[in-house]
Amino acid sequence: MLNSSLLQMGAALRAKTISSAELTQLYIDRIAKLNPALNAYITLNPEISLAQARAADVLLSAGKAQPLTGIPMAQKDIFCARGWRTTCGSKMLENFIAPYDAHVIEQFNKAGAVNLGKTNMDEFAMGSSNETSHFGTVKNPWDTARVPGGSSGGTAAAVAARLCAAATGTDTGGSIRQPAALCGISGLKPTYGVVSRYGMIAFASSLDQAGPMARSAEDLALMMNVMAGFDERDSTSLQRDKEDYARDLNKPLNGLRIGLPKEFFAEGMGSDVSQAIESAIAEYKKLGATLVDISLPNSKLSVPVYYVLAPAEASSNLSRFDGVRYGYRAPEYTDLADMYEKSRAQGFGAEVKRRIMIGTYVLSHGYYDAYYLQAQKIRRLIAQDFTEAYKQCDVIMGPTAPSTAFKFGEKGDDPVQMYLSDIYTIAVNLAGLPGMSIPCGFGATVDGNPGMPVGLQIIGNYFGEARMLNVAHQYQLATDWHSRAPQGLQ
Amino acid sequence: MNTQWEIVIGLEVHTQLSTNSKIFSGAATAYGAEPNTQADAVSIALPGVLPVLNRGAVERAIRFGLATGAHIAPRSVFARKNYFYPDLPKGYQISQFDLPVVGQGALAIQVEPLSGNAKPYEKVVRITRAHLEEDAGKSVHGETQGVTGVDLNRAGTPLLEIVSEPDMSSAAEAVAYAKALHTLVRWIGICDGNMQEGSFRCDVNVSVRKPGQPLGTRREIKNLNSFKFMQQAIDYEVQWQIEQIESGHAIHQATVLFNPETGETRAMRSKEDAHDYRYFPDPDLLPLEISPQWIDEVRATLPELPHAKQSRYVNELGLSAYDACILTASREMADFFETALAAVPNDAKMCANWIMGEVNAQLNRDGLDMAQCPITAQQFGGILKRIADNTISNSGAKEVFRTLWAEGGDADAIIATKGLKQVSDSGAIEAIVDEIIAANADKVAEYRSGKDKLFGFFVGLAMKASKGKANPAQLNDVLKRKLAG
Repeated sequence: MLNSSLLQMGAALRAKTISSAELTQLYIDRIAKLNPALNAYITLNPEISLAQARAADVLLSAGKAQPLTGIPMAQKDIFCARGWRTTCGSKMLENFIAPYDAHVIEQFNKAGAVNLGKTNMDEFAMGSSNETSHFGTVKNPWDTARVPGGSSGGTAAAVAARLCAAATGTDTGGSIRQPAALCGISGLKPTYGVVSRYGMIAFASSLDQAGPMARSAEDLALMMNVMAGFDERDSTSLQRDKEDYARDLNKPLNGLRIGLPKEFFAEGMGSDVSQAIESAIAEYKKLGATLVDISLPNSKLSVPVYYVLAPAEASSNLSRFDGVRYGYRAPEYTDLADMYEKSRAQGFGAEVKRRIMIGTYVLSHGYYDAYYLQAQKIRRLIAQDFTEAYKQCDVIMGPTAPSTAFKFGEKGDDPVQMYLSDIYTIAVNLAGLPGMSIPCGFGATVDGNPGMPVGLQIIGNYFGEARMLNVAHQYQLATDWHSRAPQGLQ
Repeated sequence: MNTQWEIVIGLEVHTQLSTNSKIFSGAATAYGAEPNTQADAVSIALPGVLPVLNRGAVERAIRFGLATGAHIAPRSVFARKNYFYPDLPKGYQISQFDLPVVGQGALAIQVEPLSGNAKPYEKVVRITRAHLEEDAGKSVHGETQGVTGVDLNRAGTPLLEIVSEPDMSSAAEAVAYAKALHTLVRWIGICDGNMQEGSFRCDVNVSVRKPGQPLGTRREIKNLNSFKFMQQAIDYEVQWQIEQIESGHAIHQATVLFNPETGETRAMRSKEDAHDYRYFPDPDLLPLEISPQWIDEVRATLPELPHAKQSRYVNELGLSAYDACILTASREMADFFETALAAVPNDAKMCANWIMGEVNAQLNRDGLDMAQCPITAQQFGGILKRIADNTISNSGAKEVFRTLWAEGGDADAIIATKGLKQVSDSGAIEAIVDEIIAANADKVAEYRSGKDKLFGFFVGLAMKASKGKANPAQLNDVLKRKLAG
């Protein structure tokens, strides 16, 4: 049952092969057994989960079930969920119980899904290895000496280790796709504006986008049907007709034009990653696709541009965490300024403070034009590169991350090395395009240990999610990388 | 005032827009509620909440732009102004920075010089810009010993900040501009103008220079909430700056507060302490786009503006500029005048005099403003109509007015009940006059021998005999004719 697809689970629930309460209990037991080692969850609340499951069972019995009704899922701890502790991976919100539901949470509640818990993440989604979480690192289920990626590392590990059927993530510079790649699962970052940001704790508002993480493209499509849609509470939410993201899953790929940006294959990619990506592309040729060489000349600037814009927005977004109304307040202080300084110094971790300082600097008087404005200009050029490229191709492919999962501490001392983990994913956020990662093989064996998963990145044109899911699903019908599960979990 | 100094004044006015809900959320904006009862998730800046622009606030900004002949930006941008303060829950204020919704406009003002015999004059003050922003909350001191509370009811209340050019060169001009603006924002219905409740707050930038010299360094007097204080603060500040310069000190740019108790201004913070607000476009809000259609829709709902009314009163009704100005002091006043005038279309001057005289005096006596006037313009027009058609005398009209004011009702009914209808029957008046002449032969002789002053004596007797109801003009005519013999 734990390896079943969401469709299969839904069918089993409707057929009463298993009840939602039983299925939820199965996951609760498995979490109790495996989570202490993996640390994929920050907060669990079995009572709430089981109550939701029983409510789902009533719907199932009444024949009022929707596709996800009764299916146990998990939510990244960046989404406010009424009555749930919502920490965003930070000491700052260690004791914050959200009094309202994020749009995404509302949608899953309406769909009758069960929430198993809140998944671990880099603090305020700032990180690529889950090492910045105040609640401890998440272990990669394929090798617990290695990182799961970040910032949605808890979700990626939970999905890979079958600690939930599927879960949500958010992606500001690669935070869905990179951990999906490193944990061998599928993840989709939709077009900016497709999923409402209401109730999702902001990191960099113009880049943040929520999306699904699951074991297959088909599962992602089902989740997109629940998550996507206009929400008037988010001014950047796009007013579009509801669409069925599963509608094109079974279309053949004949005539599909795949763009291969030369910049993504030039340098910096591990040879094992490169091999897996090339095999995947060869598979696509077999499925009827044609390959087109393209260029994204400005994409090399995406990391520096991102590390101006994202910290700038973050420095302002995180100002509300001041110890005045909620969240962490230093136990002792002498006056107002001291309270701010101590609360924020003690409540935020090092990476968050680094980015707040970078952001404050680039927005400062005298530096704004040179950094922020310049970065905005290059951001437009990066987006134009993609627009040009999509005149010649339907989707763009390349690696999701330059390497497979690395060991804890390996990049901890050098923020720039860590930032380069997102070199292939960041341009997609800057352009507001949809991007996804699907498993496409394994890297080299090291010291006798089996190789770690490799992710293939598929970048679509604006609102190309259904097409991308089709492209991913056809590959997953022809290969079985996505159904491999980490072995030896105790 | 030392005449060799030139004063330069510019104003920044924060007007609270009269929307029912906040500028970026649905929370109520009513004044005076229990602390934090109007603070929703957006007002207290919970993690994850997002702003959604209130179109009512934009509509009011458009009204202001149209009323001042300003350019209304087809595309303007909301920016974040970043600073930490407990009453600023997000750690930034959403405002507009380099792309405001309303561009350059102008406002004509009537200046009444405060001293000397100088005559009132008109001046046009240029408005640099007006932009939308949210208000902050309030820190509450002293409720609990040693603890400062925060009330976020006001946080997120929509404001239109109106910035003038430094076009004013005296306290009188600054006050005239502030008053004209105060009238205008209420006139077009975008702000209730309540200065005690902080709905209309003025910051005044003041500098002095010798004629022909470049602008002096300015100091900004913050948060003036009465016109009287504004005048006092400017007078003090100007004198202070002149004294500083004349005694060899330089003026440093600073923000100052006016203390009404001492009548002095005092520096709050200097430029060195100035924040770096790190403005940048708010990524949670799309640029504000205003279509020409929207502007046209708003224009169609705009009332005739004070300045247009003043011209019409002077040119079409023959009133003086002074009268026209008084009658357009508020929209209620102008509406009252125009409604009452409908009863006596050919007697604009009489109508104006009655309103500026009796009506204003009664309002002042009762501490009311025109919006609270206990009689309607229709009721009032009923009195004017009976003055115009000679049914009642001026003194009779005053009695009707007092009765209406105190008890309400209808002018004609009061005239009937109180028997105030004046006698205009010439036969009846002649009979009274004949009787008086017959009964006072000696006085008549004196009058005829040249003692003109006695005329009043006869009028008095005749009025008394008619129980005050004789039409005075008619009575005068008859008396003059008959006394002449």
